[in-house]
Parts: sequence; structure tokens; C-alpha cells
Amino acid sequence: MLEYVDKIRETARKLLDSGTVEVFIGYKKGSVPMMNEPVLIKDPDQADILWWDSNCALNLCNYLTKRKEKIGILATGCNSRNIVTHIIENQISREQLYIVGVPCKGMLDHRAIKRAVDNKEILEVSEDADTITVKGRDFEKTLEKKEFLQSNCAVCRHRNPVLYDELVADLVEEQEGVDPYKDVRAVESMDPDKKWAFFTRTIANCIRCYACRNACPLCYCPTCFVDESRPQWVGKSIDPTDTMTFHFLRAYHCAGRCTDCGACERVCPVGIPMRQFTKKLNKDAEELFSWEAGLALDQRPPLDVYRPDDYNDFIL
Amino acid sequence: MENKVFSKDEWLEGIKALQSEYKVFVPVKAGDFHKFVRLEEQTIPDLDYQNTRLSPKSLVYPESERMFEFSTDENDPDYNILKEAQKDFGPQAIIGLRPCDAHGFLIVKRNFDNPEYKDPWWVRRYEASTLVGLGCNEPCGTCFCSSVGGGPFDEEGLDVLLFDLEDQYLAKALTEKGSTLLAKLDGGSEASDKELSKAEEVKKAAQEKISSKVDTSKLADKDVLELFNAPFWEDLAFACINCGTCTFLCPTCWCFDIQDEVYQKIGDRIRNWDACMFPLFTLHGSGHNPRSEKFQRVRQRFMHKLKYYVDKYGNGVQCSGCGRCVQFCPVNIDIRHVIELMNSH
Ligand code: SF4
Ligand code: SF4
Ligand code: SF4
Ligand code: SF4
Repeated sequence: MLEYVDKIRETARKLLDSGTVEVFIGYKKGSVPMMNEPVLIKDPDQADILWWDSNCALNLCNYLTKRKEKIGILATGCNSRNIVTHIIENQISREQLYIVGVPCKGMLDHRAIKRAVDNKEILEVSEDADTITVKGRDFEKTLEKKEFLQSNCAVCRHRNPVLYDELVADLVEEQEGVDPYKDVRAVESMDPDKKWAFFTRTIANCIRCYACRNACPLCYCPTCFVDESRPQWVGKSIDPTDTMTFHFLRAYHCAGRCTDCGACERVCPVGIPMRQFTKKLNKDAEELFSWEAGLALDQRPPLDVYRPDDYNDFIL
Repeated sequence: MENKVFSKDEWLEGIKALQSEYKVFVPVKAGDFHKFVRLEEQTIPDLDYQNTRLSPKSLVYPESERMFEFSTDENDPDYNILKEAQKDFGPQAIIGLRPCDAHGFLIVKRNFDNPEYKDPWWVRRYEASTLVGLGCNEPCGTCFCSSVGGGPFDEEGLDVLLFDLEDQYLAKALTEKGSTLLAKLDGGSEASDKELSKAEEVKKAAQEKISSKVDTSKLADKDVLELFNAPFWEDLAFACINCGTCTFLCPTCWCFDIQDEVYQKIGDRIRNWDACMFPLFTLHGSGHNPRSEKFQRVRQRFMHKLKYYVDKYGNGVQCSGCGRCVQFCPVNIDIRHVIELMNSH
């Protein structure tokens, strides 16, 4: 997706120059391989620091909450769906935004790439349209990007932005016939003991750093339930019960809102696949309410409206 | 002090035998990264690693630690009396930690063990620990230990330093504690001149491999308010998501929070690692938060490490150059860049 860089810079420069926007939010190239830094620029002359590659996999919508200016922002499919969700939830207004859509070809799973070189230190990466080449002290390896996509990107059905004012490139073809919930079904089919063991194992390494929560644009509450002390909903130590409570409640707070952008999983310093929890709820939202988050501005999410034909089998 | 050479197999057998006298901690590969665990029957130590994802600070200063217990039962004669929780301060050996992490302990020590304050638990656990370091033959691209008072084979803060000489370890005793530990190991032989000079070569080669350098020389002379009011903080902080990654992974961050947890009529007073990046860190009971803005929290982390600490202790920066935050900050806020901004401001 390197081919987008020039167009992104040109667009940002134009928008800032003309005063269409006061600030522009994108990425700048990171100082370590496969990391890029979200950046906000105000001056058209800064446009040349903007960058785009297959490791721009945070969620820029996270930086919009309650901002006051007129903002230009880059948005992939999932990021644009979070922007829609943000607008619906009154965290930003549509009028404030100039959305520069980025048709996405999928982001790379930095952990899988490191695994492919036995977790040896990667010192340099370069990519072209289909491959990524990683170099370390005593190795060099070229990998097919499509085999190293983040697991959410591999099953993504909305690569193209759903809401935009202009695009940096032609729309890409959407992936057909993907099976987004295979992993969820595997967990659903476990008996309760196995499920519990699976959950316990999944979060065992969690250090409660909250990077997953904080990387997510959905988590904007002024005081998160885990930080609340009167009453205290959840203990703050690394007792497994408390850690589990944090993860389950966080997931429930994302029900019907999560776009499976993968930012939470990407940022975890210890590699916990906490999307296993949100994905189950995404699947329920889709199966029970025919709902995928953030596709349209004029539809209310299933958990904040009542419809007579809502699924209600769970009511005893 | 002695220098002994062990074959790698001999060494691994030897540390197993230490279990009768020490709690032994070793790095193991756990999924995609390495971490320190207690050596047990099934443990497979893996000393062929660059560094552990989390620093070994938790072996002296656990992420969550019960300090006291108490009863909330009014009929209990000890109702509401805090009693120190049972803790184990038996001797422990941390095998294979990196010199930067030993340096990390020394930095933390200035806070937990000084003439003014002594943290009883930190001090006792630290004193019960024997630190067996492993020099870094292959420092990471993000390591800048040699710019902040350390180095890939730095001996400070260690009791023993191991040199990896391909199929052997040369173990250099650095303190009494270290000699005592080495004396308990079977096998090994006095290092020959040849082995000693090989160790020197390995060390020199490693020092040359450090590619990351920072300049901290001007920090001490800067005016603290000028740095505090520097124009770069807001831009620098933009990307930060105020998570606990940098502080929790860091060997030199020491802040904690104290919480009471009560279950039925039994209470625990627990201390948990805290992070200056969390908004809750400075929230007052009144609801006022003196660091309500993100940039203030980011500024605090770096000002503390690179200015307040420097001024207070006159002993360099509160960073051992381990590079963990550089590698794992999810939004790539790179302390090397911050040092450059502050040092040249
Ligand atoms: S929960 Fe995770 S995948 Fe879902 S929107 Fe938030 S960051 Fe993205
Ligand atoms: S980012 Fe990872 S370690 Fe941090 S709280 Fe989330 S799951 Fe736990
Ligand atoms: S600097 Fe990076 S690791 Fe530290 S709190 Fe901010 S986002 Fe998290
Ligand atoms: S490099 Fe970062 S994680 Fe390591 S000691 Fe310095 S501040 Fe801490």
C-alpha cells in the first residue's frame, strides 16, 4: 500500500492549505520495524512526514473523541466504521470531519511475521505490492503478504471505507466467501469446563496494562468501570478472576459496536487474543440482529433501540 | 574472585542442584517471548535469548503483592487490625538476567532503599537475591545501555556475570554472594588465560554491536521549568494511548497503588504496580486531577526519568536502556527520540 503515500501527502497538503481542515490525522513512519506512529499535523509543510504501509493497523478513530476542530482523517474500512459509530454515539460530528478513505488491502500480523523468522530480531523491513522482506543480523526472508495478514484482515468483508469525502485510490475488491467466525464456533462447541479452561488460558499472561482497552475507539468513557472505586466493580490486582472480569465486561461494552479492526489485539504487549471475546458478540449481533457495526449513519445499533421483532428467546 | 568455566550442560545441571538452597528463576520461552519462571522439574531454561518481554523486576517487586491482612468482623478480637501478610524472603537466584536489568535494580534501589526510606519488602527480597547476569553477545537494535551508564557486559549490580563462549559459560564471580553461589555448583574448572581472553573478545565485539546511542549529557544542566514548559510535549503525546505498556515492561518504573479488597469478613491490603500514564494515577479524592490532560502524563513519565531523577540523585537517568518501551510501545513513542528532544532543547 506504499503507493498511497504520495496521494495521502498531496491530499493532506491540499486540505490544510485550503483551510478545508485545521488538522490532519494520519501516520508517520515508525522508528522500529512494523511500527508506525499516529500523528496530527497542522501545517501543510508537514504533509511529507505522512506515511502509509501494511502496518498502519491502529485505529485512528481513537484520536477523534470530543475534538473540536475541523479534522481531516485517513480511514480504512474498519476505521471508517468506527468513525460512523463515533458519529452515532455523539463523540464527533460528521460536519467536523473530512474523511480521506483508504481502500485497504489488509494489514500485516507482526507477530506472525516474527514467528516466521523464529522470533529473531527483525532490523529492517521493506514491502512491495505482494511481499514483505524482513532482514536481521543473519537472515533475510521474503514472505507473501496474503499469508501474513492479521487474522481480522484475513476475514474482513469491508475493506473499503463505508463513509468518505474522497479516496486516495480506487476501491479494492471485497473478499468473497470468507468465514469470519470459524474460531468462535470452535469455542462455542466446547463444553463449559473446556470453555472455562480456554478462557483462563487465553488471558493467563495479561498484565492489566489496558493497552487493548485504550487502543479501542469504543472505550471513551470518562471513567472506565475498572477504574471506578465507588463502588468498586472489579479488583485491581492480577488475580485471574478480576482479569477475567475486566475482559468479559470490556467485551460486553463493545457488543454491537466492535468493527473487528484488530487494534486491541495488535497492541497487546504479551500477545493475548482478546478478540475471541468481542468476536463472539459480533457473531451474536450478526446472527440475532442482522447487525454489523458502523455500516450506516441512519441506523441505530441493536442495543440502543427496541424493535418488536427483536430476538427475545433469552428472556426466561 | 574466581572465574570458572562450565560446559553448557554442566551449567544447566548445576543450577538445577541449586534448588535445594535457592528459589531459582530462569528465562524460558513461553510462546512468542521469554519470561522468567521458577525452575522446577519440567522447566526448560533457555539462555539463548535476547531479553525477556517483561523485566525481572517482578521477582523482587511483584505486580500485585499482599501487604497486610485484616478482619472486618466486629466480634474478632483483631477486628480492623492490620497484620503483615506471610511472605517468603528465602534466598533466590535469578539466573541469566541481562546487565541492563541488573542496572534497573540499582536504579529502583535508590527509591526503595535509601537513608530516608526503606521499603521493607523490596529491600529484603533484593538482599535475598543473587543476580547471575548473562552478557549480551547479540544486543538488540533498540538497546542503548552503553549511553546510559551500562553496557552489554556491564558488571554493576550483578553477583556473577556469565560470558557465553559458544559451548561453554565463563562465570565471573563479582561479589561474595556470587562466589558463594558458584561454590555450590558441581563441575566447572578454573578459567584458563585463553578462555579469559576469549571472554574479553566476546565482550568487545558486543560493545561494538550496540548501534543505538543517545546523548544525555546536557540534561542535568537544563532548567527544569524550561523543560517542563517546552513546546514539544503536546505533539509528542498525541499518539500516546496512556496504557501501562511502557511502565509495566520497564525495569526501572517503581510506582504502585494500594488497594483494600474485602471478601466476606476478610480483607487484604494489596499493592499493585501503577503507572503515571493512567489518568487515575493522580486523581484526588475531591475529583480534581492535576494531570487531567494526556500531555501532562506523558511529560511526567519523561520528566521523571530524564530530569527529576537526574536532579535528585545525581546519578544519571532513570532508564537502563533496555529498549523494551521502544520495541513495545504500541504507538511507537520512542524514548530515544524524547531524550534527543530534551537534551537538545
Ligand atoms: S474491540 Fe478491538 S477489534 Fe473491536 S473495535 Fe475495539 S479495538 Fe477494534
Ligand atoms: S493489552 Fe494485553 S496485557 Fe494489556 S490489558 Fe489488554 S490483554 Fe492484558
Ligand atoms: S508511551 Fe506508549 S506504551 Fe507508554 S502509555 Fe503511551 S502508548 Fe502506552
Ligand atoms: S528503555 Fe524504556 S523500558 Fe527500558 S529502562 Fe529505559 S524507559 Fe524503561
